[in-house]
Amino acid sequence: MSRRVALEASHAAAEAAKMADVDVISAYPITPQTHIPERLAEMVADGELSAAYIPVESEHSAMSACLGAAAVGARTFTATAGQGLELMHEVVYVASSMRYPVVMTVCNRALSAPLSVWGDHSDAMAVRDIGWIQVFCQNNQEAFDLTLWAFRVGEDPEVLLPVMVHLDGFTLSHVIEPVILPEQSEVDSFLPRFQYPFALNPDKPMTHGAFGPPEIYSETKLAQEVAFRNSKGIIVQGWKEFGDIFGRYYHPVEEYETENAETLLLTMGSFTETAKIVIDERRDKGEAIGLVSLRLWRPFPFEEFRQAVKGAKILIVFDRCISFGMGGPVFSEVRSALYDEEPRPRVVGIIGGLGGRDMSEEDFEYVINRGKEIAEKGSEKMIETVGIR
Amino acid sequence: METKAVRFGKKLVTTREFLAEGHNFCTGCGEALAIRLAMKALGENVVMAMATGCDEVCTTPLPYTSWRVPWLHTLFENTAAEISGVEAGLKILVKKGRMPERDIIFVAMGGDGATSDIGVQALSGAFERGHDFIYICLDNEAYMNTGIQRSSATPYGASTTTAPAGKFSIGQITRKKNMVAIAAAHGIPYVATACPSYRFDLMKKVKKGAELKGPAYVHILSPCPTGWRYSSNLTIEMGQLAVQTGIFPLYEIENGRYRLNADPPELKTVGEYLKLQGRYRHLTDEQIGSIQEMVNEDYAKLKEKVAAFPM
Repeated sequence: MSRRVALEASHAAAEAAKMADVDVISAYPITPQTHIPERLAEMVADGELSAAYIPVESEHSAMSACLGAAAVGARTFTATAGQGLELMHEVVYVASSMRYPVVMTVCNRALSAPLSVWGDHSDAMAVRDIGWIQVFCQNNQEAFDLTLWAFRVGEDPEVLLPVMVHLDGFTLSHVIEPVILPEQSEVDSFLPRFQYPFALNPDKPMTHGAFGPPEIYSETKLAQEVAFRNSKGIIVQGWKEFGDIFGRYYHPVEEYETENAETLLLTMGSFTETAKIVIDERRDKGEAIGLVSLRLWRPFPFEEFRQAVKGAKILIVFDRCISFGMGGPVFSEVRSALYDEEPRPRVVGIIGGLGGRDMSEEDFEYVINRGKEIAEKGSEKMIETVGIR
Repeated sequence: METKAVRFGKKLVTTREFLAEGHNFCTGCGEALAIRLAMKALGENVVMAMATGCDEVCTTPLPYTSWRVPWLHTLFENTAAEISGVEAGLKILVKKGRMPERDIIFVAMGGDGATSDIGVQALSGAFERGHDFIYICLDNEAYMNTGIQRSSATPYGASTTTAPAGKFSIGQITRKKNMVAIAAAHGIPYVATACPSYRFDLMKKVKKGAELKGPAYVHILSPCPTGWRYSSNLTIEMGQLAVQTGIFPLYEIENGRYRLNADPPELKTVGEYLKLQGRYRHLTDEQIGSIQEMVNEDYAKLKEKVAAFPM
């Protein structure tokens, strides 16, 4: 019997790793991710989960140990946030380049300086280019579901890529919501055993991690990009299989009240649910407004996204990060993705919610109103923000 | 003319080469020889992790590899963390019944830079967690692969490109970091120094460290003709002089107890060793005298330890 349990997103992610029967957990605690390694350590200590728990001495070593574990064919999981993700930056790039299917939960946290343990997307946006499959959760159910799905997709022999599951620090990681936990037998039917085809073993000696002289490096990167783009097929298939077994279907782009919408708001992560309330209220008043949310961030869902915003006149992109000197990172990418489309909406960007600053319904009212104003009259400001003094 | 002991000893060593011919190490490379000997002692049931450095770069230019054993390289400073994951991963797979139980030796290798500088954190962590592995440091006393830059293992008075001897500097102004003591301070079961000039001693130590449970650390002096600036045919002699002058004593620390493997009644003077190497050619006799005092001091301290904590 599946059961409905009250869980923080952290605990939901840990529960998913447990039900996936992970083999190796190598993690370093960092606010606001700490409840994940703590809960997993507890599970291992009590025999609830048979796994090797490596209490590494830094995030750089956490991801490095994950590489070693994945290289020998162990199902591997870790979690981090903010500075931790930055500290392991070079290692996360290696994970994808070496095609190791590690799954990592990131409890999105603002980057220093100044020091902030609170949520925003600056940590996620700093790793846009690193070649991991990346998804954003809106709620705790997704924290569970997408973690489970991540193993299925990353470990697929046609993918063999690491997967990052983003969830908002504190807003999700530390907030309890009802989560439906499936039966173990359902999980087992969804998630096959991990069979890494290139596992290091004396029976079949292999070299992992040769260096790439100029004569060959480019070819390896092109091969990596092709494999990465092609993972889209399994990503979508994995979601279909998930839905068929667990009854919840996910898509690369979520469309909310987008039918005949003239104005669209784009959000990512947990603020999406707040924004949806505002969309509902404005729809009730007769406004042709909707919302799109990027659940799949990488590989960028070009097709689904262009389809979702087709017909809208205005697209307002809400970013939870500043890319210094450039503006909202999601805004920039979204505008670029639509550049060749004919017709295409007018795309505007507004930034807020940095370093744990909350976004209320009023704030989203402002975002929509201001967004429409900018779409019509342009903006004199260097950068458009909401809720910043 | 080989001694009987050497002739007999060679028969006990496998003729198999786990480091294949056709690699890119310099002529006369002490590190290459050290690795080759260590691999013979380790055998084929290994999974090996290696740091960025001469060892990695000279053996794996994609699409070629010199390794006949399972081998992993990711980055420069994380080898000990990487092997921790390998060890934990394979052990849990056996525990969970996914793999048959078997004897596999977990080996990590890195140069002095990877070990005592950028990788010392990861190594300390792996020691503290007690993983079952042997870490072999191939010490050529600088970041040789990238062009002879200083490391914390560069000895006092040696000239490197980032701590060069000049009008106002003797070169390396600090004394060699005692990585062996740092390893021993973690309380790991086995720590040893070795040198490829003493091949059976090296192989015995590697085998011993590999076979016992828990972390082992073997620090191998790897004379480097390119970086130390000596004629490439002198590598074996260079290693012998390092030992015979007391600059690099051969010893073991097993569960905190010391054994000095070679204690010549009279040590050779350091000048015999330093004067053969271009990296020391700027030294005055007075400076060599200071180095002699430092070596005397360090050797005396080691002998005190050996006397206080005998095996």
